[in-house]
Amino acid sequence: MITFDRVTVRYTEDGPPPLRDVTLTVEEGELCLVAGRTGAGKSTLLRAINGLVPHFTGGTLHGSVIVDGRDTCRHPPRDLADVVGVVGQDPLSGFVTDTVEEELAYGMEQLSLPPTVMRKRVEETLDLLGIAELRDRPLRTLSGGQQQRVAIGAVLTSHPRVLVLDEPTSALDPTAAEDVLAAVTRLVHDLGVTVVLAEHRLERVMQYADRLLYLPGDGRVVNGPPAAVLAGVELAPPLVELGRLAGWDPLPLSVRDARRRAAELRGRLGEGTPPAPAPAPEPTTALSARKIVVRYPGTVAVAGVDLDLQVGQVVALMGRNGSGKSSLLWAVQGSGPRQGGAVTVTGAAGAVDPKNLPAHQARRQVGLVPQTPGDLLYLETVDGECHQADQETEAAAGTCRALLDQLTPGLPGDRHPRDLSEGQRLGLALAVQLTAAPPVVLLDEPTRGLDYLAKRQFVSLVRGLAAAGRGVVVATHDVELVAALADRVIVMADGEIVADGSTAEVMLASPAFAPQVAKVLAPAAWLTVDQVAAALVAEREPA
Amino acid sequence: MTDAAVDSAATADRWSARWSAWRLPRGLHPGAWWLWALGLATAASHTTNPLGLTLLVAVAALVVIARRGHAPWALAFRMYVWLGVVIVAMRVVFRIVFGGGQGEHVLVRLPEVPLPDWAAGIRLLGPVAAEQVLGGFYDGLRLATMLICLGAANALANPKRLLKAVPGALYAVGTAVVVALSVAPQLVESVLRVRRARRLRGASGRGMRAFRGVALPVLADALDRSLALAAAMDSRGYGRTAAVPARQRAVTGALVLGGLLGVCAGTYGLLDTAGPGYLGLPLLLAGLAAAVGGMLLAGRRVHRSRYRPDRWRLAELLVAGCGIAAACLMVLAGTVDPELLYPPVSPLTWPELTPLLLLAVAVAAVPAWLAPPPTPVPRDHT
Repeated sequence: MITFDRVTVRYTEDGPPPLRDVTLTVEEGELCLVAGRTGAGKSTLLRAINGLVPHFTGGTLHGSVIVDGRDTCRHPPRDLADVVGVVGQDPLSGFVTDTVEEELAYGMEQLSLPPTVMRKRVEETLDLLGIAELRDRPLRTLSGGQQQRVAIGAVLTSHPRVLVLDEPTSALDPTAAEDVLAAVTRLVHDLGVTVVLAEHRLERVMQYADRLLYLPGDGRVVNGPPAAVLAGVELAPPLVELGRLAGWDPLPLSVRDARRRAAELRGRLGEGTPPAPAPAPEPTTALSARKIVVRYPGTVAVAGVDLDLQVGQVVALMGRNGSGKSSLLWAVQGSGPRQGGAVTVTGAAGAVDPKNLPAHQARRQVGLVPQTPGDLLYLETVDGECHQADQETEAAAGTCRALLDQLTPGLPGDRHPRDLSEGQRLGLALAVQLTAAPPVVLLDEPTRGLDYLAKRQFVSLVRGLAAAGRGVVVATHDVELVAALADRVIVMADGEIVADGSTAEVMLASPAFAPQVAKVLAPAAWLTVDQVAAALVAEREPA
Repeated sequence: MTDAAVDSAATADRWSARWSAWRLPRGLHPGAWWLWALGLATAASHTTNPLGLTLLVAVAALVVIARRGHAPWALAFRMYVWLGVVIVAMRVVFRIVFGGGQGEHVLVRLPEVPLPDWAAGIRLLGPVAAEQVLGGFYDGLRLATMLICLGAANALANPKRLLKAVPGALYAVGTAVVVALSVAPQLVESVLRVRRARRLRGASGRGMRAFRGVALPVLADALDRSLALAAAMDSRGYGRTAAVPARQRAVTGALVLGGLLGVCAGTYGLLDTAGPGYLGLPLLLAGLAAAVGGMLLAGRRVHRSRYRPDRWRLAELLVAGCGIAAACLMVLAGTVDPELLYPPVSPLTWPELTPLLLLAVAVAAVPAWLAPPPTPVPRDHT
């Protein structure tokens, strides 16, 4: 269906090529997963399939890409629209019209299909993706998962043979991600559509994949069955790491596979339980919020929530999109709207409410890194941002740069912040906020677009902050991240707290929030591969 | 039962079937609402009679309330009414400030601000006469009524759907406008988001530095988004053209360009009385013909179909007809009783209505019942 023949892509003459001499074939009806570190060339590979590379992005492409018998060299993307459907990372920015039904019809209008065919296909697609009740809704009012399904539907109506999805679930909560992936697998199994899908969180999709294309970052593409390719990959999802630890071959790709083989491992771990986190000697409250209320016209985003944060504690804030996580963080910081309640931050300056302080003093109490960390940055170079941060906070020159070197070492100072990878940009934004030395740090969805290695660095970075005596709140959807990072988990729904307890308590209580390791090793309370590894080492030592 | 009775029963059945088909909820062609509203606005422009104008505003409001949908733009009507109120108030205030001071019925004597000699002819404040205030009020009311009529069209018909009805040759322009319209709210959103983020860094939000701090990320954002949109449109087949020979393309281009030049020159000739005669109307017409021909030819290149196009049916015809009839009746009323449509402010007289004016207003109100009702609010299952 898709054939790459000795493909090399270059954007600049002297830089390393994102793809070098790539030869591969994706058969019809396969679900092909594309994985690799940020910046390894995943997007380039995906965009080469429908000719956006090089027709749209520029650069040069040597070799040939042939899709359904058509060479992308001679067919620009618009002439491949009836063969390849592409859904970008942010579905909202790819929408052309403003209601669901019109968006579904747009592609067909361009292909000038007859009206009766269009009418029928729109109805079919609405049913296929389970979005029939959304047909008249304006696109902007849809939730993230709904938008993603509409975007997939909008390319499906042209009946493409190939569907290309670039990180379709990266911004979604676990349940919405399940919905989208269920729709995709249904397309593969029922309609025989060939799907090429890039994803960072492999744990969600690897069990459905027929083929894995792994991009190590040097321009090569490793091509093979998922289990075989993952065996040679440095950083992998928890299930694969657990499989390696236990020496399973082939590696398990789904919880079911792993669970069926885990009887022996469960036996070895026996009655042992992971060590309980050492309680803080005398918990001191860093932040206490009482009865926080945030309203927007027509909705109550946060309905009287209490939040306590101890010094040295990492709290994970979970809940589906729109459950009030961000609103709560912004209200606590004082920059967002807050219609009721009180916040007390106990820092060096005594107990204060950041809402009552001017902005430059509020950030000395509570530092918040927003969902798009790039919003905080506006200068041309990394050094410029660091210098500006020192000035703003009247910190000694070099404070910000020193923090940055701790967080993400070796960042060139003359680089433009927009050219940094997601993880580096997050590090810079965090360094800028930490320059003001706030005792409380709030992070809103920090791990969007981070690969496993960057996530691991992020975990050690946040643990470092907590160890240095700061209270940290992380709002996130990423279950595996929470398992590795948090001391306490708070789950919100409809602006209220529905669960609040230690990580193990909350995460083991419901399958939706249970990490993969917990699902495999239940009923024992293991959350992460590291815990299991430590226990196995401890078990071996006395023997 | 006699044959006649059966016949009449069948006729009645047929009529009731037709009537219920007529009443089937559906969205009217946006063009119909716009024609109706333009008719109303034309009618409003032909009178300053406050009674007539108030009735026209009431009619616009009545039709909007009876026939608007549930979409977000349907709520915009209130804003237009407020804008109208502001216009009237501004007019009156201007008349009071830059008085002129004609009129015998002085209401208040405000202290006059002395101005230097070079500003002779302008008077600031001074005595305020009833005639002067009333004149401002009539003027403002007329402008406000026209605006509210257009607001009614905006509330009743999705302006974007109107753009979809443009001919094929202007398709690209229509798409550009639709995209621009959807970019504006996104831009506002990202300005708000970035400004909020700037506060997190302790910025005061004033001055050149703050402007830069907001403008740069917002622009970068907008650029990223438009690139993403362009890529999405390209990969979904936007701009697929039917194969056209190069010669025909050249001919089309020449026709459109030459035609537009002809229109410009013709208009100039028509307005400039000193020019030679052939530069006027003949050139204008020839230019128009060439441009339209070129566009029709270009339209054949655009190879696309339309999903659920709005059809022009009887109801559309009637609604548009009501608007146009109202405008015609008002013009007619103006020729019959000019002094009643433009009630003089000096001497002060109580405005009166004429039968023709009332008829125009009544005709304009008919679409409130005649147009099919809008589609009911979809139930939200999420």
